[in-house]
Amino acid sequence: MNRSPRRAVLAWFAARPGWRAFGLAGPAVVWLLAFFLIPLGLMLGTSVMPRGVYGGVEWGFTFEHYGRFADRMYLSILWRTAQDAGITTLICLLMGYPVAYVIARSGPWKNFLLFLVVLPFWTSFLVRTFAMIFLLRDTGLINAMLLRFGLIAEPIQMLYTPWAVLVGLVYGFLPFMVLPIYASLEKMDWTLLEAAEVLGARPAARFLRITLPLSLPGVAAGCCLVFIPSLGSFLTSDLLGGAKQILIGNLVQNQFTSARNWPFGSAASFVLMAVVLVGVMVWQRIRDADERAI
Amino acid sequence: MNRLPSWLIVWCAGVYAFLHIPILVLVLFSFNDSKFSVAWEGFTLKWYARLWERQDIVDGLVASLWVATTSTLIATVLGTLLALALARGAFPGRRWLEMLLYVPVVTPEIVVGISLLVLFVAMGLPLGLTTVVIAHVAFNLTYVVVVVLARLAGMDRSLEEAAMVLGADEVTTFWRITVPQLFPGILSGAMLAFTMSFDDYVITSFVTGPGSGTLPVVVYTMVRKNIEPSINAISTLVLVGTVILVTLADRWGRNRPLAGP
Amino acid sequence: MDDVVEFVRVSKTFAAYRAVDNISFEVRRGEFFSILGPSGCGKTTTLRLLAGFEQPDADGGEVRLLGERVNERRPYERQIAMVFQSYALFPHLSVERNVAFGLEMRAVSASDVPKRVAAALELVRLDPGVFGRRMPAQLSGGQRQRVALARALVLEPALLLLDEPLGAIDLKLRKEMQFELKQLNRQLGTTFVYVTHDQEEALTMSDRIAVMSNSRIAQLGSPAEIYENPRTPFVARFIGESNFLEGTAVEPDGEGWLVVDDGGHRWHLPAGPGVAGGRRVSVAVRPEWLDLFRPGETPAGENVLPGIVRDVVYLGETLHVVVRVAPERDLTVALRNEGQLARPLPWARGDAVHLGWLPGDSQVLEAD
Repeated sequence: MNRSPRRAVLAWFAARPGWRAFGLAGPAVVWLLAFFLIPLGLMLGTSVMPRGVYGGVEWGFTFEHYGRFADRMYLSILWRTAQDAGITTLICLLMGYPVAYVIARSGPWKNFLLFLVVLPFWTSFLVRTFAMIFLLRDTGLINAMLLRFGLIAEPIQMLYTPWAVLVGLVYGFLPFMVLPIYASLEKMDWTLLEAAEVLGARPAARFLRITLPLSLPGVAAGCCLVFIPSLGSFLTSDLLGGAKQILIGNLVQNQFTSARNWPFGSAASFVLMAVVLVGVMVWQRIRDADERAI
Repeated sequence: MNRLPSWLIVWCAGVYAFLHIPILVLVLFSFNDSKFSVAWEGFTLKWYARLWERQDIVDGLVASLWVATTSTLIATVLGTLLALALARGAFPGRRWLEMLLYVPVVTPEIVVGISLLVLFVAMGLPLGLTTVVIAHVAFNLTYVVVVVLARLAGMDRSLEEAAMVLGADEVTTFWRITVPQLFPGILSGAMLAFTMSFDDYVITSFVTGPGSGTLPVVVYTMVRKNIEPSINAISTLVLVGTVILVTLADRWGRNRPLAGP
Repeated sequence: MDDVVEFVRVSKTFAAYRAVDNISFEVRRGEFFSILGPSGCGKTTTLRLLAGFEQPDADGGEVRLLGERVNERRPYERQIAMVFQSYALFPHLSVERNVAFGLEMRAVSASDVPKRVAAALELVRLDPGVFGRRMPAQLSGGQRQRVALARALVLEPALLLLDEPLGAIDLKLRKEMQFELKQLNRQLGTTFVYVTHDQEEALTMSDRIAVMSNSRIAQLGSPAEIYENPRTPFVARFIGESNFLEGTAVEPDGEGWLVVDDGGHRWHLPAGPGVAGGRRVSVAVRPEWLDLFRPGETPAGENVLPGIVRDVVYLGETLHVVVRVAPERDLTVALRNEGQLARPLPWARGDAVHLGWLPGDSQVLEAD
């Protein structure tokens, strides 16, 4: 049969689905390999090489950079990071779950209320962190108001405290908690609650035994979406926490800027990745268990 | 259905206030005629006027727009093609590809930035806006793929088959049927990529070179140095720009129904 | 060349699953040809092989269109038209633009397009002035169905494929569309290949039916052949209702055979290919060909089976009487309802009756 060259090429690919997929996926895959996987590999390599005399990297093999994490100081950074991320996740859950629940049951207001939650998500993280500084600093709005009404005699130090970092993290990641919980509540069949009511369940029992279990996949996803970026965050602690509130993200950044210890910074990055992966695996466990249950 | 208890509504109102009051205050004080005080001293637009006098902010804005546009274009094209490959059935290595796609989602931003820094230094590539674009595409790609894939999942495959029976070959079918159908998905994927790229500070700060700061890098330096109402002004502008963009994308996307009623 | 479609020992395998297994058939010019079967029987794959969405296995036989082998041809190289189950109207194009799409692809001159679009819409009884500018989302299910048909027919194809096109519309409209489709088939002389799982639909419209089961064609024939002379238990069961009897042919008996069934009853069977002395036979008898008699009153020449009435089911047009015969087998007799208020049936549950039927009404079945 006579075909134009274009159709001949199309027919060739049509008969070979593997090549067609390769042609479509190829450019993106090359990009991801070259600029995501290979860099991670290089960093893994860097993390087991000795540090050079002038801050560079030398050839060789050593585990000393990972060994430094046995040090009390670094252990405490690691612990504080996990603790902050955990507390952030918990606060987000306590604040976000009721919101997701109310949105899911708000009928005609649903889209508007959802929009209000999504809006900060689209807003620059840096801008939102700055908004927090504007409120919390010594000459900030909160201190100014408290002084104005005579509730305090002099400004309370709020910025550059552990609390400021927590507030900033919660403020930054709260939408990530609300959205997945809302998604799972939205799918729920609300007549289940009426069925439970007919069977004699009181409101608390209806929530604990019907609503909450059914929304667990959303809760797990939300916790994951808050916990992971909290672990890796460094902007929040950098801007709201000052020099004292160093988290593992700041440690990594320091090694690549002021301290110029790339191998140790790389090792710290992989320790961070490891903690994140543990978090992801826990989440997958929960999700898989849930799917099996259904 | 039962009514919601009032304590729940109060709690939610509190959370909404927590989410929005800081931003509202920020916007409000961009119009305050006082450099240091948080007391209201009258309406002014001088902080906005001052932005144009600062070369670093204007340069940063231009750099950001260029980086965000370029990286969005690349990420959207590559991501859409990858999504098509994934939606069109099985091929060897598919599982590996899916895993590769999720690496960027679980990798902390700072690790992305640093690993790319290590790569660029190892390659001897000079740091600048080009390296920033490369980095932004790498982390945006997955999000485009996920969004487009979701739209593809809702699309009726028989639309494309119908076009082919009517005489359109694969390329014609792609442009005349697939792209118009996917458009809302591609648009929201591109939107997501654009905002993430435009907002990114962490990754950019590692892979950018001297003298080529994007807007977030400039703003970060301003926030570190001294806090003045110009930051409120630039934040407000970024905010308004984002809201307009999101609303427009939502409009365009919503007017196009997927197949069926 | 009078065969529009030929399948020559065609097979299609997906991974380890053989969706179409060595099937052969021809579709004649102008014919209304149905492929009928339950879901998963391979009928949709057969249609997709015909449309070109799938290719037969490398050693999987030959698909021929208008006398040419088309195994490797893409759908857009086949000059056919198709109506999809979901209609597949392009949601972003108006009705007119949907119908014009195929004309544009086939480079019909731009001045002819509007005329042909309008004619096609009129053919399916949609007013072009009213519906032309509407978007698919603004149409009812039945209207969408008509647009899909117009979009296919505007190309004046030699062959029109229809993939369960009436599945999504309500019963009354479906009956109407069945009639119209048949009309169009006659009026245009276009060959129709119609895939359906609805046996009634296939019987009403088709010139010939291919009944598919387990990736093969179980029987191919006219509606009357399929209904009145089912070849396998599957066909007998899938198309209409049937009673099944099993026994052993014991001795020749005039022009046929004497059979002793599993309940020990003796009855006659006409001679046929599957029947020989000592062979097991499986026989189907349609409920409407059975009749009920008081014991001993069965007319001469009819087969007789004694039984007990288990149930009488009122269906409006007909009555089904379920009769239990030895060994533990329920047979259904369909009787015309002559008015239960004026002339009630003489049978009630528990009555002893005799079932009677003409030996010629028994269909000898092959194994599935």
